[in-house]
Amino acid sequence: MTETISSKEAKQYIVVKLGNEQYGIDIQYVDNIVRMQKITRVPKAQEYFNGVINLRGEIVPVMSLRVKFELDADEFTGKTRILILKFEPQSAVGVIVDEVREVVTLDADAIEKVSYDPNDEKSLYLSGIGKHNDSLISLLNIAGIIVEKEKEA
Amino acid sequence: MDVSQYLEIFIDETREHLQSLNEQILVLEREPENVDTINEIFRAAHSLKGMAGTMGYKRMQRLTHDMENVFSEIRNGKMKASAKLVDVLFKGLDALEQYLDVIVNSGDEGTEDNEDIIKSLNDILNEGLGASAAPTAPATPTAAAAVAAPATEAVADSGVKPIKLAEHEQSAVAKALSENMNAFAMTVYIQETCILKAARAFLVFKALEDLGTVIHSEPSVQDIEDERFDFDFSVVLLTDKDAETAKKKVENVSEVKMACIEAIRAESLSPAATTEQKVAEEASGTVQKEATAQAAAAQPQKSATTSKPVVNRSVRVDIDKLDDLMNLVSELIIAKNGLVSINSADVTGLRESGFNEQIEYLERITTNLHQSVMKTRMVPIENVVSRFPRMIRDISKKLDKKMELYMSGEETELDRTVIDEIGDPLMHMLRNAADHGLESNEERIKAGKPEVGSIFLNAYQDGNNVVIEVRDDGKGVDVEKIKKKAIEKGAITAEQAATMTEKEAIDLLFRPSFSTAEQISDLSGRGVGLDVVKSKIEALGGDVEAKTVLGSGTTFIVRLPLTLAIIQALMVELGQEKYAIPLGSIQTIEDVLPSDIKYVQTKEVIHLRGNVIPLIRLRNVLDIEPDDFAPESLTVVIVAKGDRLAGLVVDNLIGQQEIVIKSIGKYINNNKMIGGATILGDGEVALILDANAIV
Repeated sequence: MTETISSKEAKQYIVVKLGNEQYGIDIQYVDNIVRMQKITRVPKAQEYFNGVINLRGEIVPVMSLRVKFELDADEFTGKTRILILKFEPQSAVGVIVDEVREVVTLDADAIEKVSYDPNDEKSLYLSGIGKHNDSLISLLNIAGIIVEKEKEA
Repeated sequence: MDVSQYLEIFIDETREHLQSLNEQILVLEREPENVDTINEIFRAAHSLKGMAGTMGYKRMQRLTHDMENVFSEIRNGKMKASAKLVDVLFKGLDALEQYLDVIVNSGDEGTEDNEDIIKSLNDILNEGLGASAAPTAPATPTAAAAVAAPATEAVADSGVKPIKLAEHEQSAVAKALSENMNAFAMTVYIQETCILKAARAFLVFKALEDLGTVIHSEPSVQDIEDERFDFDFSVVLLTDKDAETAKKKVENVSEVKMACIEAIRAESLSPAATTEQKVAEEASGTVQKEATAQAAAAQPQKSATTSKPVVNRSVRVDIDKLDDLMNLVSELIIAKNGLVSINSADVTGLRESGFNEQIEYLERITTNLHQSVMKTRMVPIENVVSRFPRMIRDISKKLDKKMELYMSGEETELDRTVIDEIGDPLMHMLRNAADHGLESNEERIKAGKPEVGSIFLNAYQDGNNVVIEVRDDGKGVDVEKIKKKAIEKGAITAEQAATMTEKEAIDLLFRPSFSTAEQISDLSGRGVGLDVVKSKIEALGGDVEAKTVLGSGTTFIVRLPLTLAIIQALMVELGQEKYAIPLGSIQTIEDVLPSDIKYVQTKEVIHLRGNVIPLIRLRNVLDIEPDDFAPESLTVVIVAKGDRLAGLVVDNLIGQQEIVIKSIGKYINNNKMIGGATILGDGEVALILDANAIV
């Protein structure tokens, strides 16, 4: 992969797979990537929260991006990973993805803005579309995915 | 001299002294003749003054000084502690507290002079002593003014001690004189009663640095800082001001007895100095630099304190407790070494038995360690409640309602974090009781009650909880009126109100919708901010309930967990999942036959030793997949919330365990049923059930 940092506006993204789609997660929010492990269910939690895990002595809630994006239910394979995201310093959240592929560097001009529809909750989840080689990567808006939880709650 | 490092200690100790003054003055008001109290007050005021002076907080010092004057006269029996005087004294204490708050926030005492308080203090002082005694009683500017007279005499026979100047200093003086500046030799005498000579000297130096440059001091600056001098020290000052200004400036520093000053003339210098002036010029430059550096040392520290004002929170720990901790840690190391050596043992049987032994040993140590660490975090509740008598007194005066606060169980200990947070809710409840709970004196007499209202604050330990009760013997809460108001506000429907128990109706008081309504305070007086009280206490893992008897008073009962973070819990199994129920809320565990289950309004209940207890099927509440599990008898964990009991039906009991409570984060939504999570020995996560939310 081309790891050259070409300009100041270039950002690094971790590319993950969910079903057939590729998603990019801003690397500055990613604290850790761990293998699938036992998740303890939390009763009465939001549907897309699978539960909590023990991450080296800390309790971290884990959500399923597939459920959140209303895709098919998760199928856990050997490639399934949990990305531990730290959006705020004190509270981590894990997201389950099918596969972690690579780290890419995208220039600002390789990112296409997406239209934002306030009525469509899902449009909040994306911050843009990244073009990398010949493929497209949907860049996730971490704030929209995590913080919007509180509103629902 | 660097005082910033003492700031924390200063703040801590000042708080303590102010608190003790508050308490003692309250006692004094009741027993004006109590000699011990007066002495105690005097001591506290005196230390306060000394400390404020050391730290350079002049306004604070001046106020305490004047208060101390009053105390001193009371101690000498020349004055009586009248109600008016006590009021002024309390005002003074409040002003001191304000200074302290400003210091905590900014490192500086602020600019409020509180002249009116000082004036009324002095008025009372003069009044109390009567006209005849007035001349003998020193008024405000005691220290400086009183010694002014002897000081002038002293100048005549020159109290200036001979000072030997080094060569480079002589040339510095010569140079200054040639530049039309004045050089003075000055000897400063400090009052023999002064406890903090170094601090005074520091203030003198600071005053002098404002005028010019101190090029020499006897003894050396270092010695003065370390308090290695008697009651005087001498300096050589280069300045463009005249002698009188310098003298005044120094004598303005309190506890300075006098300052003697004498000009140094060129002819008194050794001739070598003048001739070698050029060589010395460089030297003098460095000396000056040093001197200014000395002065500057104070300056940057001052700005440093302003820039980072927030004082670290600290806990005072009994040295014995620390020793305990140290012992336990060394035992821990021994236990670890034991395990290591067993591992290298050859015989398998020996290894196994020794291993178990060591594990038991380790378990004992960790339990003790936990207890010891918790003990260091425990603080008596006295720290918070001791300010309440004063508060009630103020409210009593303000509302013109006679009342008395009775406290018990101040020695009950609580976790530090809880203590820090509980003050405001308690204060709120006490205010409520005083303001709205108690009737006016006339009403009380009419109702046949004693004229003086009583408020009780009782604290005691109850199992793993600490209970704090705030009780008043006032008019109580009219339940019907609350219901009516709630219906008006749309909080409940009329039908709901009709079926409501008295307890449920009283719980309405804690609803947020009630807090904003001012009208409620007209009819019952309760409800303003009680929701805040409730949420604060619940955030601490506790709960609050109210009981009332119309016409004879209201009681608020606050229940708080003894410690946070680590608790004893009962582990239970539900299907494949494990849950922890805090032991503190568990009453008993019962085996119940399915045939013993009765139905009340289609709800399952059991009849147990005279109590009808509702059953809660945790499997249903926690959405656990049903399976074919149908035991012959149900295992029921009876939990209590206040007086209310409930039976939680579980599949299996695993056992008692010490668990560490961890938060499950704010993103996940859990209906409050889950109080947190804990990590089990095998690394699995178990959720902690909050019995209070389920019942």
